[in-house]
Formats: sequence, C-alpha cells, structure tokens
Amino acid sequence: MSTTVALRSLIKRYGGFTAVDDITLDVPEGQLVALLGPSGCGKTTTLRMVGGFVETDAGSILIGGRDVTRLPPAKRNIGFGFQSYALFPHMSVAQNVAFGLEMRRLPRAEIASRVARALDRVRLSAMSDRLPKQLSGGQQQRVSLARALVIEPSVLLLDEPLSNLDAQLRGEMKLEIRQIQKAMGITTIFVTHDQDEALSIADRIVVMRAGRIEQDGSPEAVFGAPRSRFVAEFMGVTNLLPGTVEGPGLFRLADGNAIRVPGAVAGRGTTVLAIRPERVRISFPGADTEPDMLDAEIEAATYRGLSVEYRLRTTSGLCLTARRATPATGGPVMLEPGARVHVAVPPDACHFVPVEL
Amino acid sequence: MSRAGIRRTYGAISGTVLAFIVLPLVVIVWVSFFANRILAFPAHGYTLDWYARALDTDAFRDGFITSVQTALFATAASLALGVPASLGLVRGRFPGRDAVQALLLAPMVVPGIVGGAALFIAFIEVEALLDIQVAGTIGGLLVAHTLIALPWTIRLVSASLASADRAIEEAAASLGAGPLTVLRRVTLPAIRPAIVAAALFSFVISFIDLEKSIFLVGPGRTTLQIALVNYLEWNLDGTVAAVATVQILIVGAALLVSDRYARLAQAF
Ligand SMILES: Nc1ncnc2c1ncn2[C@@H]1O[C@H](COP(=O)(O)OP(=O)(O)OP(=O)(O)O)[C@@H](O)[C@H]1O
Ligand SMILES: [Mg+2]
Repeated sequence: MSTTVALRSLIKRYGGFTAVDDITLDVPEGQLVALLGPSGCGKTTTLRMVGGFVETDAGSILIGGRDVTRLPPAKRNIGFGFQSYALFPHMSVAQNVAFGLEMRRLPRAEIASRVARALDRVRLSAMSDRLPKQLSGGQQQRVSLARALVIEPSVLLLDEPLSNLDAQLRGEMKLEIRQIQKAMGITTIFVTHDQDEALSIADRIVVMRAGRIEQDGSPEAVFGAPRSRFVAEFMGVTNLLPGTVEGPGLFRLADGNAIRVPGAVAGRGTTVLAIRPERVRISFPGADTEPDMLDAEIEAATYRGLSVEYRLRTTSGLCLTARRATPATGGPVMLEPGARVHVAVPPDACHFVPVEL
Repeated sequence: MSRAGIRRTYGAISGTVLAFIVLPLVVIVWVSFFANRILAFPAHGYTLDWYARALDTDAFRDGFITSVQTALFATAASLALGVPASLGLVRGRFPGRDAVQALLLAPMVVPGIVGGAALFIAFIEVEALLDIQVAGTIGGLLVAHTLIALPWTIRLVSASLASADRAIEEAAASLGAGPLTVLRRVTLPAIRPAIVAAALFSFVISFIDLEKSIFLVGPGRTTLQIALVNYLEWNLDGTVAAVATVQILIVGAALLVSDRYARLAQAF
C-alpha cells in the first residue's frame, strides 16, 4: 500500500520563470515530509506535479519505484488534500467519500462499509447525509481527509490543509492528521508556509526557496542548525550578526565588540553569527554578572503573552532582539523602553551561517 | 442629503422605473377582459370572450404550436451546442480563443432586425448555391432560433463554469475519475443551475422573437409573434390582449423559474 516517493531533478517553468528548479527528494515509506517555504517558492507547484495536475518540464517522479511522470492523476493512486477542501458540492458527505471507491468499481457493500469506517475515523459518522455546505470548515477538512484516505492511496499529498482553520482547530486537526497518518503508516508530503506547523507535524522538513531546496533535514536540525541565513530567518532567528572569527573561540562583531564562541575556528573570513532571540539573556546592571556582557538600552518592548520581545541597542550601536519569558509571579512583567540592561549570549546559543552574496 | 433621504430618492426612482416597465403589462392584462369591441378605455363591462376567440383563431392556435415547437427545438439545440462550446471556451487553451468567444456572443449586440436580414440573405445565398429552399421553411426558422438562443446559453454556462472551483475536478481526477467521468459526475452537476437557467432562457428568447423570425416564416409556418402582428394589421380588439396575456404568463413563469436557478444578472 504505502510506498516511497522519489522526485528526480524536477523542473517546472512558466514562460521564462522557473517555478520549480531542480528538486530532488526521496521520501521513505511512511514518512511525513513538510515542504516549507515562503509564498511563491514553488511548494504547491511541486506538490501538484507529484499529484499529476501540473506537467513537468524535466525530471521524473517515482511512486513505489514506478515512473508516474507522464501518468494522469487518475492513474497515480494518490490522495490529495486541497487547501479549499474541494468537496463535491452536490454530493452528501458519504457520497463524497464513496466517490473514489466507485471509480475503483468495488462492490456496493464494500463501499458502504469502507465509507462508514473512514467517516468513523474522522468522527463524522453522524454527518454522513449532510451536504458540504452544511458543515463547518473543520468538518469539511475532515471529509476531504476521509475522501483522500478511503482509497488507500500510495501517497497522501496535502496542500496547506490547515490554513483555512482558526488557531484552535488548526491545533486539533494537526494532531488528528498526524495520528491518522502514523496509524496508517502512509507516506505523506505536507505543504505549509508555517514553520511551527512544520516543526510539530513532520518527520522531516524540506525548506524551499525560489524553486530550490535550501535545507533538508529533521525538524531539530532545521530549527537548531539552519544551514543558511535564509533558513535561519525563516525559522525565527532574528539576530544575524556579521563578523569574523578572530582567534580560537573569539568572534569579533562588525562594531568591534567580541563574543566568546567556543569551538569557533579562526580564518574563515566574514561569517554570520546566528542567535535565537529567546537565547539572548537580559539582566540588570548590578545583578548577577556574566562574562562577555554588553551594555544595552531597551528600545522597544512587545508583549506576546508567554513572552516579551525586546529590541535592544548596545552602547556600541549593535541592534539585537531578545525574547524573555513572562515572569510567572512577582517582578515587573515588562521592562520599559529606555531601561539600561546587560545583555549576554550563552556560548552554546551561537551558530554560524555563511554570508550570502 | 441624509442617509434616509438618499434611500427615499433611490426608492422613488426605482419605483418609477418599475412602474414604467410593469404598467403596460398590467394594462394589457386588464384590457384583455374588457367587453369593448375595439381596444379602448373605459371598460363597458368585462368578459372572457376574447380568450375563447383567440383559441378559435387558427392563426393564433397554429402560431402558438409553431412557436412552442420552435422554442423547444432552439432550447435543445442551443444546449447541445452551447454547453460543449462553453467548456471549450472556458477550459480550453487555444489560439484565437477570445476572438471565437466574441464571435459567439456577437448576435447579442447586433440589432435583431439586422440579424434577421443577414440570416435571410445568407439563406438566399445557400439556396442559390445548393438549390434547396431554406428561407420560409421550418428548417430555416429552427436554425435562426437556435442562433438566437445560443449566445445566451454560452454566456450563462460560461459564467458559471468560470466561477466553478477547478479543484473539485482535480479532486475527482485524483480519486480515479477519467476526463469524461469528471465531466459527467462533477463538472456538469456543478453547473446544473446555469444549464437549467440557460434552457429556460433560451426558450423564452426564442418564444418572444419577432425581428429575426419576420424574415424567415413562410405560409402556414408562422410563429405566434408574427401571427399577432399580422392580426394587428386589420384588427384592434381584445383578442390581441388575450394572446399577449397568455404570452406574458408563459414567459413570466419561465423567467421566474430560471431566476431561481441562476441569477440572470450573471449573463450581463
Ligand atoms: N499557472 C501558473 N502560471 C504562471 N505562474 C505560475 C503558475 N502557477 C504558479 N506560478 C508561479 O510559480 C511560483 C510558485 O508558485 P506556487 O503556487 O508553487 O507557490 P507556493 O510556494 O505554493 O506559494 P504559497 O505559499 O503562496 O501557496 C509563483 O511565483 C507563481 O507565481
Ligand atoms: Mg501554495
């Protein structure tokens, strides 16, 4: 049933514009891969090529080792989840789910029992006679999932399946999709532009940029060790500081300040130090002193509920952002703009990415 | 002007326009019950005689039958041609698509009388070329009425197709449906309201046509509209009003039903 997917040097051009530019990707059986990237980077186009809705200009697509590049969608045995759900408006929930089984000419009784099981799996048995327009967005999403999965496809392809849901429902549906995907062991490609979504649902994240793969790795690797400035920014790294490694373990910032980074090797020329905002530590002058502290002033503070985000400027003119957990009890929740603080960056929070040309 | 003032002015203007449109219809229906020998105010009493007279008049009875038959044929033919044409125009990608679309909709903007004359001339040419009679035959009339209805069908169906969600067709394909099955099970049902509306509207537009038909009818092959005009040449009595009332009822009913399926406004 479930099987591997392989993309080999896929290319798609629209006029002179290359929307998908030499994508090669191997998805092992049962894995959930998230295609992650900003708007227009070619995620949907790539997914639609795998689905057979967009012709490839070059390269090939293998599903379970079989070359499907030139096959129409109907012959690929894929389950496709559309961003708009794309339920058949004139058919009931049960008829929607039964459609793919009817196309496979299964006996009536088997269709009925498989539809019932599929609806049960997405907890919609009570709604089987309703029309799509009589369902909420989340329910429509679950029907579309049931419809895609009931045919026991080789591969499940989902294009931003959660983007039309509110935050709470998105969280629930994410868990539900993940749980069903794991239970069925179905190979899945999941398109999203939301890094949190990708991090929490995927076995593996493929970050795309301008039609190419920028980084391909586990969620931990992509989050913890972004390979480029672009990935770092996309994963929420707000401090990207150019400078040079001066001596062993010593990074000299462009403004002249130095930060200790154990293990840094000198002689790489200009490089960029990436520091996640939540790893930047803020303390008051006179409180606990740490090595390598910089003097800074708070320029702006944004309350975010669980945390407060600060924009800081060091006396030497360096701009940093820091995110600080909101104190549970006691003490002021927010530090006011204008306050003078000490800033420290723990050595293990530092990570280098190459300067981009 | 205040908000309420604007609304009142707007209401007054709409009301006046509506009155101008509806008043003649109301008057016709009303006078069809007058007992007067010729159409004139005021009423000298009321009667249903004109309806009986209309039924007894061969020209009206035959004209009615011809009109209904012609309209039914035009409806069927304009659907048979218009739905596939719309699919090609909206879904297809081919050079000159816009030109073909403009051409197919052209009859809508040509004055009916000009279109009728053009058809008549074309038919004469065909007759000269092939040595068969076209003008004045039922065949010619049917072709003409199909051409009258076709642009409306294409307009309504195309609008509906263009606004239909392509993703449902892709969903059907991904579930294993071939192109024909997608068309039959998904695309056509999704635009069914527009098809119903197009059918009813085709019927109406053919049924009420006068300008094109006037060139093309032959002896014993007269539509109801032409029969009315012929009758009016020598008579001005309640029969005309009675026939007109029946027409108003038929057309009104068809438009009401079709408007329930697709807002006719979509076609403009
Ligand atoms: N049919 C098309 N014709 C021309 N250009 C297209 C077509 N489809 C997509 N593109 C272009 O290809 C690029 C990639 O589009 P794609 O839809 O794959 O982006 P995406 O990564 O899914 O973005 P989003 O997150 O906004 O959905 C875009 O620049 C888009 O404008
Ligand atoms: Mg997209």
